[in-house]
Parts: sequence; structure tokens; C-alpha cells
Amino acid sequence: MPDKVVKGTEAAYFKKIFKGKAFSAFISALLAIILGLIIGFIVMLSAHPDKAATGFRAILTGGFISLGNVFYFATPILMTGLAVGFAFKMGLFNIGASGQYTMGMYFALYAGFTFRLSSPLHWIICILAGFLGGALWGLIPGLFKALLNVNEVITSIMFNYIGMYLVDMWVQENPKMYVAATSRTAYLPASAQLPSLGIENSSVNVSIYIAIGIAVILFIILNMTTFGYELKATGYNRHASKYAGMNGTKNIIIAMAIAGGMAGLGGAFAILAPAQIAGSSMTYEPINRLAANGFNGIAVALLGNNSPLGIIISAIFISFIQRGGTLTSKYGFKPEIIDVVIAIIIYFSAFSMLMTIVAGKYLRRIPAGISLLFRKMPGR
Amino acid sequence: MDIIYYLIQNTLPVAIALLLVALGGMFSERSGVINIALEGIMLWGAFIGCGFVYLIERTAMDPQHILILAMLVSAMAGLLYSLLLSVAAINLKADQTIVGTALNMLVPAAILLFSRMFLQSDGVTTDINFYIREIPYLNRIPVLGRLFFTNTYISVYIGALILAIATIIYYKTGFGLHLRACGEHPHAADSVGINVYRMRYAGVSISGVLGGTGGFFYAVGVMNGDANGHTGVAGFGFLALAVMIFGQWKPIRILFAALFFAFLRTLAYSVALIPFLKALNLNQTYYRMLPYAATMVVLAFTSKKSRAPKAEGIPYDKSSRSLWQKAMRNIYHLHG
Repeated sequence: MPDKVVKGTEAAYFKKIFKGKAFSAFISALLAIILGLIIGFIVMLSAHPDKAATGFRAILTGGFISLGNVFYFATPILMTGLAVGFAFKMGLFNIGASGQYTMGMYFALYAGFTFRLSSPLHWIICILAGFLGGALWGLIPGLFKALLNVNEVITSIMFNYIGMYLVDMWVQENPKMYVAATSRTAYLPASAQLPSLGIENSSVNVSIYIAIGIAVILFIILNMTTFGYELKATGYNRHASKYAGMNGTKNIIIAMAIAGGMAGLGGAFAILAPAQIAGSSMTYEPINRLAANGFNGIAVALLGNNSPLGIIISAIFISFIQRGGTLTSKYGFKPEIIDVVIAIIIYFSAFSMLMTIVAGKYLRRIPAGISLLFRKMPGR
Repeated sequence: MDIIYYLIQNTLPVAIALLLVALGGMFSERSGVINIALEGIMLWGAFIGCGFVYLIERTAMDPQHILILAMLVSAMAGLLYSLLLSVAAINLKADQTIVGTALNMLVPAAILLFSRMFLQSDGVTTDINFYIREIPYLNRIPVLGRLFFTNTYISVYIGALILAIATIIYYKTGFGLHLRACGEHPHAADSVGINVYRMRYAGVSISGVLGGTGGFFYAVGVMNGDANGHTGVAGFGFLALAVMIFGQWKPIRILFAALFFAFLRTLAYSVALIPFLKALNLNQTYYRMLPYAATMVVLAFTSKKSRAPKAEGIPYDKSSRSLWQKAMRNIYHLHG
């Protein structure tokens, strides 16, 4: 592993850092968040100087007004975050979570409208269908990468568009699913909807528990199984792991399918959420637009250091500031301010880990520098 | 016959936008920096260019002059935006794919935020007509006159000029050679006195200029002078990357790749005019997906033997004993 490469005093230092790897990941995520929020505040200042402070306070505290909704909106991005983070563990950048999410949502919708079953069985089947749809859409870029060596970034972006166009077409062609008058999907039967947790004014439902459970399972797979070890080893060095007898080709395909399945579950959880008005449900509007939740998953994964447990926390955090962001429209801003902040957070998280380590290194030098200063003083 | 003229006349403005952006990607990757941010740079150039047109379209200025001025403005905007990538990728040695993704996400969000706050819309809409019905004298040349000098945009000629300049710079100048060396073997380039950082800044900046210009030309030739945060540039920045790979990072091949993709797209949007395709009676959506699906097919066939610049995506560090480098070695697994 990399920390064995460095020799001498550095080795001891890095060993210490890597023992506290989770800690430095946390610090660097925090650094990225703070920088993102500061720049977001500057953007708000430049737009409406007089209302910026009130608006910014809304972002930071608005989530507390409706914690139920924070968890409700955290669920799909937790899943897309897992989709990105899991693939990252083996060195693949799954930017296609958006298409996988849409595909999973469609499969869940399809199961919801096609099968006639009673409550627990019906929504469980819908969820499984969502997993299947997403897994299929992750599998294809995986096959392209593993067998044909096509860069997964471009493949999965192309499949975002292909998936979005396909789903929108399939939805509109299905008379059972699509209501032309509202140009949205019809209401799902109650048996296909996830059981609500019963919090007032919120659609938060059992899927948040399922999502957290899945994150824990992924954590166990990654850290306690041979398969997880092989995934990470392939991520570090594909050639070395191949030399050690691991089947990199197979692992890439499986990892991308699982990652896609995670995003697909996110789409299923979003569309199967219970409605607050009896007799209705969540609906989907096919207007040829890529699902934003797929891209927010990238931010969630990066902030969570691609670790399933970190992703749980970062999904809740992103959802929290998103809730706050919707409140800023009261002060003349628009919720897109949060998308700006999220993009800036991703930007900084691309090198905040390095910033943290280098800053730590310099900070560590200060006491040594001071003692050196004293040693050189005359008369000692 | 009319339909062939129509298809080619409509292919050219789309192809020029793709061509410029793909050339930008080529310069950036040849210098060793992967520029996934081209999508965002394009949209940024389109938005700033259209915003500039929006501000001055009421003046009595000739539309073609406005177009050229706006093109310069969007090139400048693209350049400035690409500096965010340069700083992160070259100085701070960040993961280039992640930075690019962040820059791609930032532009539509910022456009929607400001347009909704100040314009009460999702972007800028202009009323100006850049279309050229025919170019006097030249349009009388048999066949060619009708193909290239009627129903077109001035952007087509500017794009052709830029292609010529780019090809010369790429093959015939010391700068082009140095740039390519930095993407293949930066340490070797450094050892003969080439400033790798400066060359990489140049590569990314050229991609910013071309990306911004290409984005504005996309807005002019495809979106009718509009730019908004929702449809954006519809994945054209990424298509341009595929065009670049298909063109094997070489200018003239990129031209043909861009023409191929642009033709597919024009075909997809002209189905109703082509009797043979109309008779098939397929859902429009299949044609909309065509450019993206074609990208996949093309990449599947070209990626195995593709000759990407060897050092692309790998941050270069002159003093390999610096703190950054050491930290990097320990937390990065450099893939790609």
C-alpha cells in the first residue's frame, strides 16, 4: 500500500496521517464546504448586497424548519452518492448516475403500473425493478470499459442522454403510464408507494432506512470481503492486481453494475415516495432534461470521501443546505444558489485533501522552526 | 438534389461549433491536461456572447459586425473560465476530471441563478438575425456556390480560418512541437528547457478560447442566438471530446469527425423532409439519440488502438521532491 513506499521521517509522518485518514478526509471536506459557502455568500452579496446576510442565514438554518424533508430529499442523493463513490473505489468515475437514476425510476414506474399486487410485496418488487434498471444502465459503460477500453466518463455521459431520451419516449408511448392532459405520469397505485414515516408535511418514508442499510452493507462489502479488497486493489493499480491473480475485467463490470443499481434505487425511491394527498403520488414529467440528482451524487460522494458511511452524512448535509436554499427565494434569491455552492464545493474537494496534508505538514514544522530559532540564538 | 443542399448547408454551422471545441480539446490534451470542462466553457461562452449581443443589438450596428465582436467577447470569457481549470490542474495538481465536472456544473447553475433573478427567464434570448441568405458573386459558382455561400452563417468561414491557423500552429511551429512534447513526456520536454507549466497553461487557454467561441457559434447556428441554463449546449462539449478521440487528436481528422457527427445530427432533425426516412415512421426520439449512440459505436471501434497523449491527466511536478508531490503519491492512485 502507498504509505510503505515513503521512507524515513516522512514515512512515520504519513503513517500517522493515514491512521487518521478518516479524520483528514473530514477536515478536507470541511475545508471544501467552508470555501464553497464563503464563495456562495460572495455571489449572494454581489447579487443583492442588502439581503445577502438574511438569505445566507436561511441557507444555514433553513433545514431545521423541516427535518423530515431533509431526510426525504437526502434519500435519492444518498443512493446516487453511493453509485459514484462505489465506482470511485475502483478508480472509475461514474458520471452516469443521472441516466442510471432515470432508468431505475422508469423500471420502478413500469413495475408499479404493470403488476397488481398488495402493499408490501408490490413496492418491494418496484424497488427491485429500479435496482435492475439502474444496474443495466451501469453495466453497459462497464462492459465498454472492461472489454473495449472506452473511457467510462464519455460512455456514461452518452448513456445519460440515451437513457433520458429513451425513458421520456417510453413514458409518453405508454397510455397506462402517461396522462397527456397534464403531460406527466399518472398516479401510482397506493400499493406501489413506500410506507410513510408519518411525519407531518413531509414525504419522508422507509426508503431512508433502506438507503442507510444499503450503505452499511456496501461498507461491509468493501472492507470485510475478498471482493471488496479486490475492487480497491484494482482501483489502486489495475496491472498489479492482475498480476496478483485478480480478474480486473470481471470486477469492473460487476462494480459498474452495482454502482448503476445504487443510482437506480435512488430513482425508484424518489418516484415511489408516498404523496401527502391521499389518492395521488409522485409523478414524472418527460421533458428531455437530465436528472439533477445524478450529478448531486458526485458532490455527495466526494464530500463523503467515497466511503459509504461518509456518504450517509454528506447526503444529509447536501440535502440540508438544499432545503435552506429553497427558502432564499423569499429574499429575492433563487434555489439555484445551492447548485452554485455545490459546484464550488466539488471544485475545491478536488484538491482540498492535498491542501489539508500540506497545511498539516507546514503546521507541524512551526514548532521545529521555533526551537531551531532558539538553538541558533547567541549565548546559548 | 435540393435535400442534399439543404442537409449540407445545415450541417456546416453545427460542424463548425463541434470542430472548434474539439480543436480546443486537442490543444489541451496535447499539452497534457484533460479538459472535461469543455461543456461548461462552451455554455459560458454562449451565454456571455449572447448576453453581449442582447446588450448591443438595439444599436444600428451591422449584424455581422456584432457577431464578430460577440465572438471575441465569448472567446475572452472562455479563456478566463478555463483559467479555473489551469490553476487547479497545473498548479494545484487536482484531479482533472473532478475539476472539469465541477466547472461543468457551475455554469448552468450560475446562468439559471442570475437569469431568474434579473431577467425573469432561464437565459438570454436575442432578436437579431445572423443568417446570410447569399454571398454576392460567390453564390453564382456552380454547385460550390450553393453549397457554401447560400443560407449560411459567417461563423462557417471564421471556423474554417481558425482550422487553417490551428493546423499550421500544430504542425509547423516550434510552439506546436513543444506543446505535443509536454503531453507525451513532460520530463523530457523539461530537460530540453521547455517550460511545461507555461505550455500547459497555453494549451488549456487555447481550449478556453476555442471552447468559448465554439459555444457562441453553437448558440448562433443551432440555438438561433439563444443561450439558457436548461438545455445548455446539449452535451456538445462531450460530443466534441468524442470527435477529438475519433479524430485521433489530429486537426484534419477532427474536421472529418466533426462533419460526420454534425451530419448525423442534421439528419436527425430533418427526418420529416427526407421521404425515405419519413416512410420508416420511426419515433423522433430515435433520431435524437443518434449522435450519442453513434459516439458509442465510434468509440467502441477506435478506443482499443487509440493514441491518446501519454501524459494526459497526470499532473506534472518539476521538482519531484516537493511536498505536493509526496502528498499526492500517497493519496492518489493516478489512473487513466
